[in-house]
Amino acid sequence: MNILLAILVLGSIAAIFGALLGFASVRFKVDADPIVEQLDALLPQTQCGQCGYPGCKPYAQAVADGEAINKCAPGGEDTIKKIADLMGVEVQPLDESHVKGDIAQSNRPKVAFVIEEDCIGCTKCIQACPVDAIIGAAKQMHTIIIDECTGCDLCVAPCPVDCIEMRELPETIHNWQWDLTSIPVKQLD
Amino acid sequence: MVESVIERITRGHFWDFHGGIHPPEQKFLTSNKPIKQLALPKQLIIPLQQHIGREGDLLVTIGEHVLKGQALTLSTNPMVVPVHAPTSGTISDIKMSVIAHPSGLNQLCIFLDVDGEDAWRKRNVCYDIEQLSNHEIIEKIADAGIAGMGGAGFPTHIKVNSKPDINFLIINGAECEPYITADDLLMMEQSNAIVDGIKILDKLLNPAFILIAIEDNKPKAIKALQQATTSIEKIKVCVVPTKYPTGGEKQLIQILTGQEVTSGQLPIHAGIVMQNVATCFAINEAVRHDIPLIRRVVTVTGQALNKPQNVWALLGTPINFLLEQCSVQNIENEKQPVIMGGPMMGFSVSSELVPIVKTSNCILVPSKVEMPSAFEKESKEVECIRCGQCSDVCPSQLLPQELQWSAKAKDHAQLKKLNLSDCIDCGACAYVCPSQIPLVHYYRIAKAEIREQQQLDLKAEKAKIRFEARKLRLEKEKIARQEKHKKAAAARKAAMNKATPEATGAKSAVAAALARVKAKKASKDQAQTNVPDPQGDLPTDSADDQKSQVSAAIARAKAKKKLKEEAVNKLSLDSGIVSTKSEVEADKVAPTEQPTVDDKKAKIAAAIAKAKAKKLSKSAESSNTVQAPENMVSEKIASSDDKKAKIAAAVAKAKAKKKLKEATSFANNDQDSV
Repeated sequence: MNILLAILVLGSIAAIFGALLGFASVRFKVDADPIVEQLDALLPQTQCGQCGYPGCKPYAQAVADGEAINKCAPGGEDTIKKIADLMGVEVQPLDESHVKGDIAQSNRPKVAFVIEEDCIGCTKCIQACPVDAIIGAAKQMHTIIIDECTGCDLCVAPCPVDCIEMRELPETIHNWQWDLTSIPVKQLD
Repeated sequence: MVESVIERITRGHFWDFHGGIHPPEQKFLTSNKPIKQLALPKQLIIPLQQHIGREGDLLVTIGEHVLKGQALTLSTNPMVVPVHAPTSGTISDIKMSVIAHPSGLNQLCIFLDVDGEDAWRKRNVCYDIEQLSNHEIIEKIADAGIAGMGGAGFPTHIKVNSKPDINFLIINGAECEPYITADDLLMMEQSNAIVDGIKILDKLLNPAFILIAIEDNKPKAIKALQQATTSIEKIKVCVVPTKYPTGGEKQLIQILTGQEVTSGQLPIHAGIVMQNVATCFAINEAVRHDIPLIRRVVTVTGQALNKPQNVWALLGTPINFLLEQCSVQNIENEKQPVIMGGPMMGFSVSSELVPIVKTSNCILVPSKVEMPSAFEKESKEVECIRCGQCSDVCPSQLLPQELQWSAKAKDHAQLKKLNLSDCIDCGACAYVCPSQIPLVHYYRIAKAEIREQQQLDLKAEKAKIRFEARKLRLEKEKIARQEKHKKAAAARKAAMNKATPEATGAKSAVAAALARVKAKKASKDQAQTNVPDPQGDLPTDSADDQKSQVSAAIARAKAKKKLKEEAVNKLSLDSGIVSTKSEVEADKVAPTEQPTVDDKKAKIAAAIAKAKAKKLSKSAESSNTVQAPENMVSEKIASSDDKKAKIAAAVAKAKAKKKLKEATSFANNDQDSV
């Protein structure tokens, strides 16, 4: 009799908690892995695909699933460091095999530029652009919206007449960085 | 609360702000001489952007004659203030030129050749401001291109257009930075005009009280303004103790009212508006006399000058003209530093052609005895000894030494925690630092980096949104396409199943085709089964076939050998002369194409040629690496300026490459066969 009672009590407790947990798992369901969102926020969003994934979000997903953290060429060392901090892993040097073109070589940001007289209006670059930063139509000249271009380099290869090149953004007083060439602030009496 | 503040002020008591320093004032160099009117310079260089915000749209073209006060740019949004012609003359050029900015970078400037007549445009003088509505006054201020003349250059018409109740309008005449006396002299000489300007601001903002703050080292200016305001109850002239940086907006508010404007807030949130005395003068000129902001008082000072003094400088006057007027000593002898702004917050200018702009209040030309650090190339910085003097003098109550470490480590999160954004760049910390660390430099660099990072983050966010939108769009298009295909297939099926004559015809045709295929298969099977013995004689026709194939192969091999020899000869020739050859061919092609082929066709042809060339160069590179440099050479030729020649060259190049490719492929084939 006692044994039966114990089984009944324990069984009902188990049932109650089971129901509670089941309810909680439905009620407080987390849709996506939050770590993916956090990783995605760290990536530079150039959508260049140099990591081997079709965009930054897929790479973030892959890193969350255990992919190497050193494949983002545009992000460089800073991004690798941040991802390492977030994932709690060692910082690794950038994997050179994922550096395409000369994006990583220069510090100044680059954007694509269409040499307009050579453009034949084939729309191939438009299809390649991950952020829709190229305007144009079939047999019409194309051009790049500089403000939207992420400098991902993806439009350069598909161009059949080689009329797209990557150019450095000019230095203006709006993006100029101070250097330490001296400004006197100290004076002797 | 407002009353208690006023009571305190009338008793002559003020609050104090944290920190501050007392650098040697050096104002005696210029404070006892009247403001000098200069002759017209030969040329003015007027930058399109002279304030915080954006540049306006150009209204003039090269060669146009403009009158004094004529607007040169148009304001298209509230953050844009226009610039005006400071005198009459002809616009000789509009191009990039070095501007008053620490970077020494170029910006678009209008070059005005002065004709010397100083002829005004038509002016609309209005002495009775009571006739004007507030809206009209603000429009006049905006049209006159007035931006804060204390240093920051914030568009004035935005600042005076605020709606909420204003307790205090503070007129900033503190001028706390060493050497500078421009506001001091202006207050001495133009006190009535300044008070008239204050009256206009009074009408616009209707504050409870107006406080004019002047440091106690300017007795003449204090006297002049006290005389000019005796009849006005609302205006109090406040004589505040001399200390740097009293003239900082938040510092002055704290001194006068005891209120601290908290981090991230604007004075307007506390019911306070602050204007510089020079701005008040400019407002009066603009509203009453219809004179836009085309000149300002500039202190030209420093012990390297024989005649340091304040001058009325037209905006756009190059610095070297001002220095000539103040007879600079031995500027040729060595690299004489010229500092725009004061010794605490100014910057060295990179060229003597830098023009005076709306915010330039001082040109400082120190001698070597006076400011040895300005002549030194390398900084004498040593390690921080943690003395803490910098945090004692910081007027914003920050921790400069900790900021410095974080700035050097580029730890932006920590800098934000330490409230770097509240640093006013006053330079007090660097002034007292016994280790001579240029602290403000580090903060400026860090601020610029943080600003850039913010911009990059914004851009990344935008790119992400656009990428997601594009993905969504592609997905939609794909689904739409699939649906369309499905529908089309369904339609075809329906058409087939219909009993129309065409449908039955099509059906029978399909059936017939199927029957034919079946028949063929059957006959093949039969033929295979018909072969009696696999090791026996082959059917005669197939034997004949083989024989002829063998003979044909021999013939081909012979032909190839011949070709190979030819190709080898050709290759050796071609590799030597390919570039000249393509040029020759280009010459040959160009004249024949010129008359017949119209532009569009030529373009298409060129594009095709280029595409071909690209393809060829790729395959050629893989098959023969020797060719690569030649490709580059001919490609370089293709990028020459002349369009026609370019087209022709591209065509020729394509032809040449085709030939080369053929030759090499033959060669390769032969090698394979051998």
